[in-house]
Amino acid sequence: MKKKQKKTDADYPTTGHEWDGIREYDKPMPRWWLNTMYITIVWAIGYSIAYPAWPLLSGATPGLLGWSSRGDVKAEIARVNAQNAEIEAKLLATPMENIAADADLARFATAGGKAVFQTYCSQCHGQGAQGFKGYPNLQDDDWLWGGDIATLETTIRHGIRFEADEDTRYSEMPKFGEFLEHEEIASIANFVRSLSNQEHDAMAAEAGTELFAENCSSCHGDKGTGDREQGAPNLTDAIWLFGADEGTIEKTITFSRFGVMPAWQGRITDAQIKQVAFYVHQLGGGE
Amino acid sequence: MSSDQEQEHRLFEYSEPVFPQRVKGWFRSLKWWLMAFTLTVYYVTPWLRWDRGTSLPDQAVLIDLSHARLYFFWIEIWPHEFYFIAGLLIMAGLGLFLFTSALGRVWCGYACPQTVWTDLFILVERWVEGDRNARIRLLRAKWSFTKWRKRITKWILWMLIAIATGGAWVFYFADAPTLLVDLLTGNAAFVAYGTIAVMAVITFVFGGFMREQICTYMCPWPRIQAAMMDEHSLTVSYREWRGEPRGKQGQETGDCIDGMACVNVCPQGIDIREGQQVECITCALCIDACDTIMEKIGKPRGLIDYCALSDEEDERGGKAVVPVWKHVLRLRNIIYVSLWSIIGIALVVMLFIRSDFGVSVNPDRNPRFVTLSDGTIRNAYDLRLSNQTGDARVFHISIKTEDPLRLELQGLTELLVEVPADKTIHQRVYLFAKQAYPTAHAENSPVRFWVEETASGNRTSVDTIFAGDTR
Repeated sequence: MKKKQKKTDADYPTTGHEWDGIREYDKPMPRWWLNTMYITIVWAIGYSIAYPAWPLLSGATPGLLGWSSRGDVKAEIARVNAQNAEIEAKLLATPMENIAADADLARFATAGGKAVFQTYCSQCHGQGAQGFKGYPNLQDDDWLWGGDIATLETTIRHGIRFEADEDTRYSEMPKFGEFLEHEEIASIANFVRSLSNQEHDAMAAEAGTELFAENCSSCHGDKGTGDREQGAPNLTDAIWLFGADEGTIEKTITFSRFGVMPAWQGRITDAQIKQVAFYVHQLGGGE
Repeated sequence: MSSDQEQEHRLFEYSEPVFPQRVKGWFRSLKWWLMAFTLTVYYVTPWLRWDRGTSLPDQAVLIDLSHARLYFFWIEIWPHEFYFIAGLLIMAGLGLFLFTSALGRVWCGYACPQTVWTDLFILVERWVEGDRNARIRLLRAKWSFTKWRKRITKWILWMLIAIATGGAWVFYFADAPTLLVDLLTGNAAFVAYGTIAVMAVITFVFGGFMREQICTYMCPWPRIQAAMMDEHSLTVSYREWRGEPRGKQGQETGDCIDGMACVNVCPQGIDIREGQQVECITCALCIDACDTIMEKIGKPRGLIDYCALSDEEDERGGKAVVPVWKHVLRLRNIIYVSLWSIIGIALVVMLFIRSDFGVSVNPDRNPRFVTLSDGTIRNAYDLRLSNQTGDARVFHISIKTEDPLRLELQGLTELLVEVPADKTIHQRVYLFAKQAYPTAHAENSPVRFWVEETASGNRTSVDTIFAGDTR
């Protein structure tokens, strides 16, 4: 049996390039390698027919399989929603007060509530719920309408001074500038500052004591501690929604202040309302 | 170059079929043992059990991708400890450098999966179709019943091995006994079947048909190894000065009788007598083949042998050659071993000193502090606790600060946090500084959190800051 002679290097041509006497062989690739290249070409054609590939003026050819990355995202969202359906039903059936006792439910409510908060609430209350001038800080322990979890849910559901909702929280401070003299308002402002032990004119404050009792105490209380039933702020603590300097307080008394928050019922789902109420409650100020 | 040959020049070249002949000898035995060992390790490892308690898997070696855990007997690796894997990969790389520098392509010749599975597939081929000459005859024979029977038997056996190979692969990623039942009952995930299919096809094609083509054309290692070797590396070579000129026994020739034994056994289809070649995987089967011939004709063994290029001149001149240990103990190799050992020792030390729970504290940056109604300044922190054991554990949290700040855990009445087995939890933590404390008004005050594991008393600390109201 004669063995077929294997090719030696001398049987191959060179590329014609030569560097310092070193020449480069022009050896062909094995056949399977060439075939692999043809297969990839066929594959590429098939792929561009099956999947979106060729750019058009707007968009691209859709591809026979109808695949799209948006479709993938839709399917993924539907999958997650289906996955959460059970725990969401449980959340809806659980009274607000009992959510914290169930660790899984609490985690679901916190995570979902955070997303809701960032989407719908952070524009006014801030990314960290730290609030801005006129928009309450939700992390502290000072609440205008109450900080227990059921009250929070009601506030979010119906809003504050939101006229489209019949059950909205409502109160309105009169514009005292319309029937009090500027000096009287200044006296009240000094008295109010004395309530929270801030610098004040003792004479003016004394003059303001009676004026406060006559005009303000019906809502803010005899001692200025506020009334949550009417959303009247506590004037004795260290937290001031608009500012604690004399000028700001005078302005508040003269022109009145009342913020508005929309009712979220109907805008977001019941489950989302419960989630965001739970989230706000666990930020540190919840009662 | 003649013009005829240039005309013959084609886009491709037919690959020459290779029919490695059966061979016996020291290196062949070594390769059988290594094959048995590596295949056993590969197929059996996923089935080893290791008790880690009720809440963790009991598979000794498991890559749990969905939970981002890696289990290796008593070691559990979390994603943040991936540097262990990186270290092992660096060690593997350095090990490859070392072996190449010392012994050439031993990895290719003995341990590379391509070599091991090809060896196994050739074993099956030889068993079904006979040895070299029978296989050559079968290739040339017309398609008859016998040829079909032999070919199909061989392909079925190859396919079974290939499926088992892909099957063993997926067992590393899930509980093996459960997955096997799921696979057989059709309940396993599509990705499991898909992986097995891909692995099986690759094994079948690479081991059965591609073989030496993979090493020659697809693998980058033959090119890289050129930089790893030098003239002192021991590698399979032909003692040309002894063998040439070739010729029949009894004539005035060298020791080589040109019996082609070395060529016939070569799984790469090359002739080692042409010198070192990029195709050679140094499997050393030609050494066994040649030694057998040399013994038969009464000549000394070692016409083909592990040699260093630097010894050739001394050998030609009949002088004593550099001993093997001197070839191996070169500065270059010692550096490789040192680096390899340093990393190895460092990894072992890391393994022993690593804590089995992880703590990190992140102060709330938005807002940095909150003023409460009585003027107290409150900071909030995200305390992250990882319990890297198979049992639930309770941690006690305390702080060390200049002023006696009050510590509170969100939703908890005591300063104790329970972390379930093998879980990471986030606990919101509050620190309160009364208005009277300097801390309440300082820009930043140092805070040290102490986290103590209540059962063992092991504790660890994390430093952070308290932000006061400077207004």
